[in-house]
Amino acid sequence: MAQLVDETARTKSIVLDVPGWAGHRAGQHVDVRLTAEDGYQAQRSYSIASAPEDGYVVLTVERLDEGEVSPYLTQELRTGDELELRGPIGDYLVWEETLGGPLFLVGGGSGVVPLRAMLRHYVAVGSAVPLRVLYSSRSLPDVIYRDELRQMGEEDGLDIRFTLTRQQPAGWDGYARRVDLPLLAEVAFPSDERPLTYICGPTGFVEATAGGLVELGHDPSKIRTERFGATGA
Amino acid sequence: MAISRGFRGRRRTDVDPARVPPGQYVTGDFPVLSAGPTPHTPLADWTFEIRGAVDEPRSWSWDEFLALPSQTPTADIHCVTKWSKLDTAWRGVSVDTLLDGVETAAEYVLAFCDGGYTTNLPLEDVTGGKAWVAYEYEGAPLDPEHGGPARLLVPHLYFWKSAKWVRGLELRDDDEPGFWEMYGYHNYGDPWKEQRYRGD
Repeated sequence: MAQLVDETARTKSIVLDVPGWAGHRAGQHVDVRLTAEDGYQAQRSYSIASAPEDGYVVLTVERLDEGEVSPYLTQELRTGDELELRGPIGDYLVWEETLGGPLFLVGGGSGVVPLRAMLRHYVAVGSAVPLRVLYSSRSLPDVIYRDELRQMGEEDGLDIRFTLTRQQPAGWDGYARRVDLPLLAEVAFPSDERPLTYICGPTGFVEATAGGLVELGHDPSKIRTERFGATGA
Repeated sequence: MAISRGFRGRRRTDVDPARVPPGQYVTGDFPVLSAGPTPHTPLADWTFEIRGAVDEPRSWSWDEFLALPSQTPTADIHCVTKWSKLDTAWRGVSVDTLLDGVETAAEYVLAFCDGGYTTNLPLEDVTGGKAWVAYEYEGAPLDPEHGGPARLLVPHLYFWKSAKWVRGLELRDDDEPGFWEMYGYHNYGDPWKEQRYRGD
């Protein structure tokens, strides 16, 4: 483990130097396994936040207070500690330029992590595929990769839009509501352009967004999703 | 096996460890994992089919399906994303009932679903009281997010084999990989052998 970076109050990026890493594709994940002194083990999956071109493996982990692995990774882990990884895993929630576009990335909360890998990959390969990004957070301090995403917007000209659902700072010029049908109608590519869409986030967010796009006429087979968390019931 | 410095873990003392496969943790929640949008097929358009290498294909409408004899299995379920949930209660039709009297030499089934999802299983893993097509969960109609109106229930394998929104079983002589089986996951998926990914 090479470095820890504070992203928000609840999330940290873990920069890993993985000997023999065979490379990954943007959107894949790894399994992290922790072992206690008595042999007890716990493992969880985390999306890779870095692009294949970055040359290192970054995991961005959100601390779940009731969790078992994320509190350790965000509060206990120190530079120089070793971490047992398995991966990369998953060949479905992956974007590569050969898959084309237009490309629409929609993230909710820490669901932005695999999308950030895709964005870094998009920039690294100099892709000309039309791209739009919509990222929903509770408030500005909850926005992960805030400076980097703004920079991608300003310097690389990427169309990255933010919505803050609970609290907006004075002078906020982004969206200020949950991702709903009118917002999707405004931000998404028209369905007849047959965009390829990736949606990652909490279950309710992904259900609403994916369902909304289908309602707007988007082909369900071109919408790839990754959900986390339980149903409300 | 490297020790993770300072890691103690949160062991549950209220769970019989013999019921939890290796690498799994027990949750009271019911997480949702799906590869795409949740389909909402009207029940009037819903059918369940047995097709493929059979002497005669079969099909049931929703009402006909509900009229079939049902069972109420209680099972522990294990998701490849590491969570397990104990004592889940379902109502559904045993696959034995659906295949009763079907003549086939097939050794595999491919479950097919609304939304294009598929998963493959050996025929012997869905017969002999091991699999159901479930339409109620904990006494209520199965939520669309969890696979309603009906999902396959094959609790002895990782839960991606319990295909959501299932619309039928195709009996096959050959073993055709399903959706996750093509995208890097294990072909069989026994949680007790931790067969999560290709090559396990």
